[in-house]
Amino acid sequence: MGILEVKGVNKRFGGLQALGDVNLSVAENTVHAIIGPNGAGKSTLLNVLVGKLIPDSGSVMFDGQSVLGRKPYEINQLGISRVFQTPEIFAELSVFENVMIPCFAKRDGAFRMHAIGDVKHEADIHDMAAAILEDVNMIDKRHMTASSLSRGDKRRLEMAMCLVQEPRLLLLDEPTAGMARADTNNTIDLLKEIKEKRDITMAIIEHDMHVVFSLAERITVLAQGTPLVEETPENIKGHPKVREAYLGEAQV
Amino acid sequence: MLGLNKKDFGLLLLVAFLAVAAPFLLNPFPESSTLSFLNAGYPALMQLFAIFAIVLIGFNILFGLTGYLSFGHAAFIGIGSYTAMWMYKLLNFNVIIAIPMAMLVTGLFALVIGWISLRRTGIYFSILTLAFAEMAYRLSYSVLTPITGGETNLSPNPAKDPMILKGEDGLTVPHLFGFDLNAKQVWELGNWSFTFEAGYYLCALFLVVSFYISIRIFRSPFGLMLRAIKSNNQRMSYTGLNTKPYMLAAFVVSGVYAGLAGGLLVAMDAQAGAERMFWTESGTIVIMAILGGVGTLLGPILGAGAIKYMEKILSSISEAQLHTWLGILPDWLENAMVYIMANFFVGHAWHLTLGLVFMLVVIFVPGGLVELGQRIATKLSRKKPDVTPAGENNPAE
Amino acid sequence: MEEFIQQIVNGLDRGSAYALIALGLTLIFGTLGVVNFAHGALFMIGAFVAILMGDVLGDIRELGSADDFFKLVQVVEDPTQTDFLGRPLAVETSYWVVWFGENVGHWLSDWSVPIAVVVSIPIMIFIGWAMERGLIRHFYHRPHADQILVTFGLAIVLGDLIRAMYGANPIQAPMPEALSGPIDLGIYLGYDIGTITYSAWRIVYFFFSMSIIAAVFAFLQFTTFGMVVRAGMADRETVGLLGININKYFTLMFGLAAAVAGVAGVMFAPIQAPSYNLGMEYLVPCFVVVVVGGMGSLPGAVLAGFLLGIVQSFASLPSWKTGLVESLGLDDTNLLANLIIGVDQIAIYLIAIIILLTRPRGLMGRKGVMED
Repeated sequence: MGILEVKGVNKRFGGLQALGDVNLSVAENTVHAIIGPNGAGKSTLLNVLVGKLIPDSGSVMFDGQSVLGRKPYEINQLGISRVFQTPEIFAELSVFENVMIPCFAKRDGAFRMHAIGDVKHEADIHDMAAAILEDVNMIDKRHMTASSLSRGDKRRLEMAMCLVQEPRLLLLDEPTAGMARADTNNTIDLLKEIKEKRDITMAIIEHDMHVVFSLAERITVLAQGTPLVEETPENIKGHPKVREAYLGEAQV
Repeated sequence: MLGLNKKDFGLLLLVAFLAVAAPFLLNPFPESSTLSFLNAGYPALMQLFAIFAIVLIGFNILFGLTGYLSFGHAAFIGIGSYTAMWMYKLLNFNVIIAIPMAMLVTGLFALVIGWISLRRTGIYFSILTLAFAEMAYRLSYSVLTPITGGETNLSPNPAKDPMILKGEDGLTVPHLFGFDLNAKQVWELGNWSFTFEAGYYLCALFLVVSFYISIRIFRSPFGLMLRAIKSNNQRMSYTGLNTKPYMLAAFVVSGVYAGLAGGLLVAMDAQAGAERMFWTESGTIVIMAILGGVGTLLGPILGAGAIKYMEKILSSISEAQLHTWLGILPDWLENAMVYIMANFFVGHAWHLTLGLVFMLVVIFVPGGLVELGQRIATKLSRKKPDVTPAGENNPAE
Repeated sequence: MEEFIQQIVNGLDRGSAYALIALGLTLIFGTLGVVNFAHGALFMIGAFVAILMGDVLGDIRELGSADDFFKLVQVVEDPTQTDFLGRPLAVETSYWVVWFGENVGHWLSDWSVPIAVVVSIPIMIFIGWAMERGLIRHFYHRPHADQILVTFGLAIVLGDLIRAMYGANPIQAPMPEALSGPIDLGIYLGYDIGTITYSAWRIVYFFFSMSIIAAVFAFLQFTTFGMVVRAGMADRETVGLLGININKYFTLMFGLAAAVAGVAGVMFAPIQAPSYNLGMEYLVPCFVVVVVGGMGSLPGAVLAGFLLGIVQSFASLPSWKTGLVESLGLDDTNLLANLIIGVDQIAIYLIAIIILLTRPRGLMGRKGVMED
């Protein structure tokens, strides 16, 4: 029984079957990659997992609780965090403030009114934020405005914002899309480091096979909205069905 | 001090000083001088400065921090005014009842309107608030006339209204525990004359308190959340934060500020009219916010002051005055200039100047007066080599 | 049933105005992505072109009106008559009468509003062109809030320019005498005489706006220009990538939208005497129309325009309201009863709120437009 169980999920957009009978089980404390050619339904699946889309049928269970019908913030409160294709950070705020916000969410839950307090006096929040910035080697950049960071640092910051909440499942939507090779390798190292340091489950959606094979322990191949194979990385390489899915696409 | 850091406390002191010393500061020219028309130290005008500064401080908590543009804020001023007026009519003229009630009732309205309007974002939110304000305006002119007085405005009528707490010979003007708010003290000093009015100082007190609260909100975790909502709403949700209650709280707080202002307007002048609620009035509030500097602490006060001052000065300039100023020009040019100025830019045409100034600000200095000041300050400090440029990204004051 | 039809007909003129303004707003929004708060001002300027032409062409003069400015009159002293001070009476005669004779002069004066439609088109296109080139263009890449604010500022400026020239009071524009009477529509529909009557000019206004709408749609449908514009509305970037200088089209688009609002205003001047405030008065309902129709949907704007015009007309019909109040057993002093009676004032806003909450994309809009 995995921490995330997707059973029989279907989603149609008009005449397009975006997801057809998707079953997926992500085991706890593993890195599970979901790959597939363009239009295979990877992003749709991810949006279902985070509550942005509601499937037509099927169930998505996280740690025994249904995810469906919950709002994104409620799903996050269950312990699922998400990293976006382009880093979604608070661009106008400083790096430190960026990290403080999830610290507040971690400490106070979805909403708590501190209208008259002072951010500067929240010692525990400061400690939490400083610790995570140490962790991702960004403590010296804490006064910078987030929008002025490099792409790789933005990714790092976003990761820190997710990690500070100690999620049990981290969803990564093409974390290295559009990155230079060096930044990609940095991100891989960062993810490995994160994985070593704590108990966390990761589900990665990725195009870049270099990233997938450096990180993943299990790989699910999605094609035309249905999972084709679920295997270890060694067995995926050269798998006939996978070749068909990818090369078939190339011919079109 | 007071839970503020040094810089913020300095700002608070500055505002408190400006508020207390306004009767002097705004009357720099002797009565007899030709520049005396530039004076603004009259109680009625200073009250407006303070009251609109309060509206703007509240509006800034909503628009400045969260970026949600409400185009119906004037309705809250109107609701506050009507509530305060009804307190006069039903109970008595003590503003200690009228003003808190104005805040409370406006807060309730803001809660309902905000709860509905905040289901949408962006322009849709603006249009929803606009629709509510227009409804309030139109209803107060038509079927709600028994409550609002319609076109004739609402004013107390000691002979008819119940005024159950007034007592036999209680005051029939707004007062604070029997202290008449219109009480004035005039101080003649040579050619100068300074007027100190109780009502103005009540407004000033509320202004300073409002400003203090707004600083606290800006620096609080709540303020941080609001800025984060403006920056990236999506990330807020995926961080496990429910943005709706934060937004609603900001909306209600800003509504309460407007209600307080409405109550104060009625405390200064015991009448309330629906024209305060027309949507262009809400537009003027937005203009003030932009002119001052959105999302800054001092911006709202500067913006409200600048617009109200412009309104007063521009609308008071007469053709005769223009003739004296432009007297050195050749006659034909003088007449042409006076004609153009008098018909298009000053007197009752001052709105045109306002619109132009506003457009220029939006086009060239989107950050308003505060940004302008900062730009000038950096320019000046660059000339002195030993001054380091202003510090990192503190939220602008 | 007669009453029902009468109310539909009554809603048509206002609905036509809404539809025309909303059409222009949507054209601008759809192509340029700009929310134009100055669009009501364009409608108002159109109405004042009608006033201007009324002055220029008019053969009957009121002395001392605010718009002496544009009089085209010959002043001749008539020694046979004297004014109240005993001086020879100054007789003013329109030059049109002097030049072309009594008949033509009078005809020109009588038909000044329809003539103003023709005159207004180049004026409005020029104003639209100038607005786009001089102002709006620099705001394409600024946030929507900035666009709203700068056009709002422009609306104030335009309104007060008109006030500076024409004063604050509404000025009535004359409608042609031939069209000023009522028409009995009931007869054509088989009802008794006098059951459904309507002012002839308002009917003209309705058909006029229908033909403008048809012309705009045909223009967009059948010309290359229209094709580019429609493509731009669907996907602006791609059209730009095709090497088409889309900015040129957009300038013209803005001119077209301004002209539509302008002619709508010209023809509306005899229905509602315009004041400088007319623009602000119509802007908010027209935004409601655009939102109800669906942001960016042209047919939606037209449909919602007429729909809301008719809704407003029904909301002002007293019979059903008093009926409802009675059946609810409310007396006159009850707040709810008063709200029901006053629903005509707020009907369109109520609809806007309901639509925005239940179907934010509007009647015919696409999903997700302007959500952020």
